[in-house]
Amino acid sequence: MSAATTTLVPFEDVLATYDPALGLEVHVELNSATKMFCGCPTEFGADPNTQVCPTCLGLPGAMPAVNRKAVESAIRIGLALNCEIAEWCRFARKNYFYPDMPKNFQTSQYDEPIAFEGWMDVTVPTEDGEVETYRVEIERAHMEEDTGKSLHVGTSGRIHGADYSLVDYNRAGIPLIEIVTKPIVGAGARAPEVAKAYVAQLRDLIVALGVSDARMDQGSIRADVNLSLAPKGSGVLGTRTETKNVNSLRSVERAVRHEMQRHAAILGGGGSILQETRHWHEDTGVTTSGREKSDAEDYRYFPEPDLVPVAPSREWVEELRGTLPENPTQRRARLQAEWGYSDLEMRDTVGAGALTLVEETIAAGTSPAAARKWWLSELARRANDAGVELPALGVTPTQVAAVQALVEGGSINDKLARQVFDGLIAGEGTPEEVVEKRGLAIVSDEGALSEAVDDAIAANPDVAAKIRDGKVAAAGALIGAVMKQMRGQADAGRVRELILEKLGS
Amino acid sequence: MPEIPGANGPDGQVAITREEVAHLADLARIDLSDAELDHLAPQLAVIVESVASISGVAGDDVPATSHPLPVTNVFREDVVVPGLTAAQALAAAPASEQQRFSVPRILGDEQ
Repeated sequence: MSAATTTLVPFEDVLATYDPALGLEVHVELNSATKMFCGCPTEFGADPNTQVCPTCLGLPGAMPAVNRKAVESAIRIGLALNCEIAEWCRFARKNYFYPDMPKNFQTSQYDEPIAFEGWMDVTVPTEDGEVETYRVEIERAHMEEDTGKSLHVGTSGRIHGADYSLVDYNRAGIPLIEIVTKPIVGAGARAPEVAKAYVAQLRDLIVALGVSDARMDQGSIRADVNLSLAPKGSGVLGTRTETKNVNSLRSVERAVRHEMQRHAAILGGGGSILQETRHWHEDTGVTTSGREKSDAEDYRYFPEPDLVPVAPSREWVEELRGTLPENPTQRRARLQAEWGYSDLEMRDTVGAGALTLVEETIAAGTSPAAARKWWLSELARRANDAGVELPALGVTPTQVAAVQALVEGGSINDKLARQVFDGLIAGEGTPEEVVEKRGLAIVSDEGALSEAVDDAIAANPDVAAKIRDGKVAAAGALIGAVMKQMRGQADAGRVRELILEKLGS
Repeated sequence: MPEIPGANGPDGQVAITREEVAHLADLARIDLSDAELDHLAPQLAVIVESVASISGVAGDDVPATSHPLPVTNVFREDVVVPGLTAAQALAAAPASEQQRFSVPRILGDEQ
């Protein structure tokens, strides 16, 4: 069944007939300095096959050794998700053959995950300005390793139709934590939003824990979206599909919506859903068939004989619990009080994914109002236009603070600041360098300013006469003329002073 | 952990069917002929039966183990150690291109 042959059912009609059930599997690539089972570095973007060794290449005789920090990160993620931490667990081999996995098995965990039975409360805004809370039950969080990266060479550039593939194993063996939810039912029309909000909040949590770069655009957080439909009110779970590697928050929402509409079309036509993986196509917003999902037994899981069990002592677990950051809900309440934001301002800040960015900007010396202004208006708009998340825009909180400092110091105004952001996004250096290179600084040369004011007065004798007669409000027209002549690079307040001085008002 | 197929028959008898061998061969990406399937099924049954005989020795009081030593929590610190250069890594590759391992066409069953 290809996407092209399935006519989607309108979203509202899906809900009239079916209840959706969601399940999310999120892979988090840890930011440890080394890989899960060997001492190879994990830097993103290194030259191909320069961060490899016999262990992560699966060469005969190479022995794995578990990264302590990765285990700590796994436990901290588990604790932050209100999970129980296993007193004893093992790694297992998941056997399958694929060239991006040089050992022919992935070292993972099977029925003994390090963390299990947790939950996270997800909030979704409603139309009337309130928020609704859904409790997402966490089934498990387990440790495993990433695979290499394949480059498919051929006419189409995709897997299908590739003539051959080129593999880079730098990523093979980087620690991954896979976080699996239990089926999320009862979200109804909000299922796509709940899925997005869950991944967004999970990402925020991961950022707060400091265990991952948490960049969806670089694949350090990847979501697989499971979806099934069941007849409305039946209380059963239907057959699910698993849409792999959905790599932005917006796509999570879109993929759920699309699969709901596609499933409904098939079920409504008397067909049945094939349990399979689906590929998400960012450009067209549809999924296409991947492969039929293997049964767990086809992976022939068995305990990894080259690694000993992990048995975290309760003392260690409690010590790690002590390192957990503030609960995100409490943090929001605290920050809102500190910043004096209204509920609406706070919700917009959180909704734009700007909470941490705003916090860091304020920490760098900017007022809460100015920090919110730049991130939520100017920068959020640009991120939206570019189709990226705010943190991926390429502007840092330190830079925003520096731009605001330039505004407050009088070297630029808000209008010029926007051009400074253009330069920052284009990678032209620090805010000061952008101002310098683009010649954006406000002209503080009194001579030039005075001359421009004289010109404006000469060109607008009627306006000048009004001001002489005491109609100070008319000065606006002259200020505008001067600012235009100065290409915006003047301090409007000073221009006004000069006009009034010269016209004796 | 999953049980070994057929290993726990009520009377210790093990049967590996031709279909099971064909399925395993498919998972292992091995192309077996009909004659090979007929030949291998009974052989695999013998191997599984031999392994299963261990169950007869170990009673319920002997827990299953995956490691011969009673050791837990063997960790490595998160410190980079030098690995191989790209040239060393690729030296044993049958084919390489753009500093990457060149592998045959992949048939769309990405994991």
